[in-house]
Amino acid sequence: MSYADVGITILWTFLFGYIIVASIDFGAGFFSYYSVVTGHQNVIHNIVQRYLSPVWEVTNVFLVFFYVGLVGFFPDAAYYYGTALLVLGSVAIVLLAIRGAYYAFNTYGSSTKERSKVYMALYGATGLLIPAGLSTILAISEGGIIEEAGGRVLFDWREFFTNPYTWSVIILAIVSVLYISAMFLAYYAKKARDQGAFKILRGYALFWSGPTILASLFAFFQIYKQNPEHFMAMIDNSWMFVASLLFFLVAVYFMVKGENLGLGFIAVMLQFGFAWFGYGRSHLPYILYPYINIHESITNESTAIALIIVFAAGLLVVIPSIVLIMRLFLFNAKYVSGQSPKKG
Amino acid sequence: MNILSSMDPVLLSRILTEVTLFVHIIFASYGVGVPLMILLAEWRGVRTNDQHYVLLARRWARGFVISVAIGVVTGTSIGLQLSLLWPTFMRVAGRAIALPLFMETFAFFAEAIFLGMYLYTWERFKNKYTHLLLLIPVALGSSASAFFITTVNAFMNYPQGFTLQNGVFTNVQPFKAMFNPATPTKVAHVLASSYTVSAALLTCIAAYNILKGRKHVYYKKALKLTAISAFVFAVITAIIGDFSGKYLAQYQPAKLAAAEWHFETMRQAPFVFGGVLGENNEIKYGIKIPYALSILAGNSPNYEVIGLDRIPDDEEPPLYIHYLFDLKVSTGVLLVIIPLLYMLRKKLPGKKHYPKWLLVLLVALAPLAMTAYELGWIFSEVGRQPWILVGYMKVEEAATTSTNVGSMLVLFIILYLVLCISCIRVLSKLFRNRSAEEEMQERGMEGGDHI
Repeated sequence: MSYADVGITILWTFLFGYIIVASIDFGAGFFSYYSVVTGHQNVIHNIVQRYLSPVWEVTNVFLVFFYVGLVGFFPDAAYYYGTALLVLGSVAIVLLAIRGAYYAFNTYGSSTKERSKVYMALYGATGLLIPAGLSTILAISEGGIIEEAGGRVLFDWREFFTNPYTWSVIILAIVSVLYISAMFLAYYAKKARDQGAFKILRGYALFWSGPTILASLFAFFQIYKQNPEHFMAMIDNSWMFVASLLFFLVAVYFMVKGENLGLGFIAVMLQFGFAWFGYGRSHLPYILYPYINIHESITNESTAIALIIVFAAGLLVVIPSIVLIMRLFLFNAKYVSGQSPKKG
Repeated sequence: MNILSSMDPVLLSRILTEVTLFVHIIFASYGVGVPLMILLAEWRGVRTNDQHYVLLARRWARGFVISVAIGVVTGTSIGLQLSLLWPTFMRVAGRAIALPLFMETFAFFAEAIFLGMYLYTWERFKNKYTHLLLLIPVALGSSASAFFITTVNAFMNYPQGFTLQNGVFTNVQPFKAMFNPATPTKVAHVLASSYTVSAALLTCIAAYNILKGRKHVYYKKALKLTAISAFVFAVITAIIGDFSGKYLAQYQPAKLAAAEWHFETMRQAPFVFGGVLGENNEIKYGIKIPYALSILAGNSPNYEVIGLDRIPDDEEPPLYIHYLFDLKVSTGVLLVIIPLLYMLRKKLPGKKHYPKWLLVLLVALAPLAMTAYELGWIFSEVGRQPWILVGYMKVEEAATTSTNVGSMLVLFIILYLVLCISCIRVLSKLFRNRSAEEEMQERGMEGGDHI
């Protein structure tokens, strides 16, 4: 394996981690808001809040990991994407900033149970807008939207908005967020023995499962039009997509039965894992068609080695921290069921 | 909007970066220093079994997490803006500076994850030290973050560890790039001044409460801990500042010469404070201290200080940084004197131990410290002009060519205003709703301990 391969595998794994962790968070925001609007606020809000409070900052870190690693391993990416994505990237920053800051204000700042409607609306709306916005970068990476002409990098807004592939990716992103989130929160509610919340969340999970597969198929066939080369490479890796579909069926089966939901969520992660790595693998060697090729734009050897070493050392910090936080909050029966004292 | 889009993207990119950093470093500096103060307070509380200090830590932590949120989101903002606004810089220099940036994310990760645990586990553990232990990764992680980011800034001031060939860095030695001659003084100065501004902020809060007539011993303990810390950190910052001057004299003479309006290379160079420049760069009304610049730069009156005569005209930093430097040093001196007056309060004339004027000065410590911090940062950044990477790349070569920077500038200014105003509102509500006295009563701590 070359440094370029190692680098892109690390980055892709980070982004996968972000997709899972952030989807839970984004979807939770939307479901909270939806439950306020439809009037059974308190049924699921507590579950969502108990899960999210200690981990909200962790989510952002995965995204920053990916971004810093991308610029580190493939500095050309900073140039092409940086120049072209000024507007889109800035809007994403603003949305992430609003979401993060108001989440913290509301969770740590209010001593009583008061929650303003404005806050809930911001939290719910950003929960869908951020994944929609970020996912378009995947659409852009297929080429045809960023062009280099006369030494300048240009962004074709018309092509961006009129391209059905862009929209298929946005739909897939939103639907997946709601599906992943509902699957996880239903599992978490079950663990907390909160029957009321579990029933509602299980309903959401099953409701969004069908559209997830339809949206995946839609996006899959749009790639054929957008980038036939990529599509053919996907066909070569078709076993990964078949595996993804099988794990989807396993996950839905457990959810219908309402048991083994921990295994069920692992199946959800495998479902998205196979699809994600199948998509990523067939996308190579390009990070941006046709300008950034991992073998040409990989950083120099010494920096690549240093980054890989730091990554390995970093895992020694990250993995124990995640295990610790899971034991203290996610899998601590007392905390999950709400018997532990709350924040200081 | 039309005016904005017709403006130069380079200038607009600079302004947007400045605005983001101006906001970010306020919250970042508190993010670095406040965990250390919380650690000091809780450690003292646990060690001496004094619940007042534990409550202090608890209340600080509660406010701290609100400010951390702004630090996190503005930090994400500046991180991404590095590529969005300075794509050519990142493409070229990314080969050398990716390493510390990558390390910083890990340090931040540790900080964030342990802060979450710390906040939610106040009554979880039997052994009180266990909870305290969770704070150590927070304090270490935030200081390590500051360390890594500052090495990037140091690299921009003194790039090394690569060869530039056809616009591409080759033979890159990432660790040599990280540990360049600017790194020791810059890192030490940033850390010490972050601790100073944080201690100053908490001093200000304690003094404000006493000024408001709150008499509980809790506030006096808080003031004692914070003011003494502020003094110690301010003295350390000043000492490191002196080393920074020596670094500049040796490695970045242009910045020092511009800051000191030192036009001619000479020995026995005088130090000029204040003043205005005449038409032919003669200094009027300034206070001149003979030999002082040579001593500052090289510990000897005979040290030869390089003047602006040796710097090519198009590589000269703007001369107004002289005022930034003078103002920063003056505020720095106040940051030492004010807490010192507090420490000597029993020896001061007058009967009261907490005279009103002293409390007012202590309240002023927080804005003074932040002013010094911002001035120091602006001085250092503007003093690097016209370079983004001294000797290799100028700012104008590095910026984006996009025509949308102007509207993004407006967008971000609105964002930062909204965030800062919300933050202040949330914080003031948080502490007004639940005073320390109320909380002591709720927690069954002795309340009659008035002086």
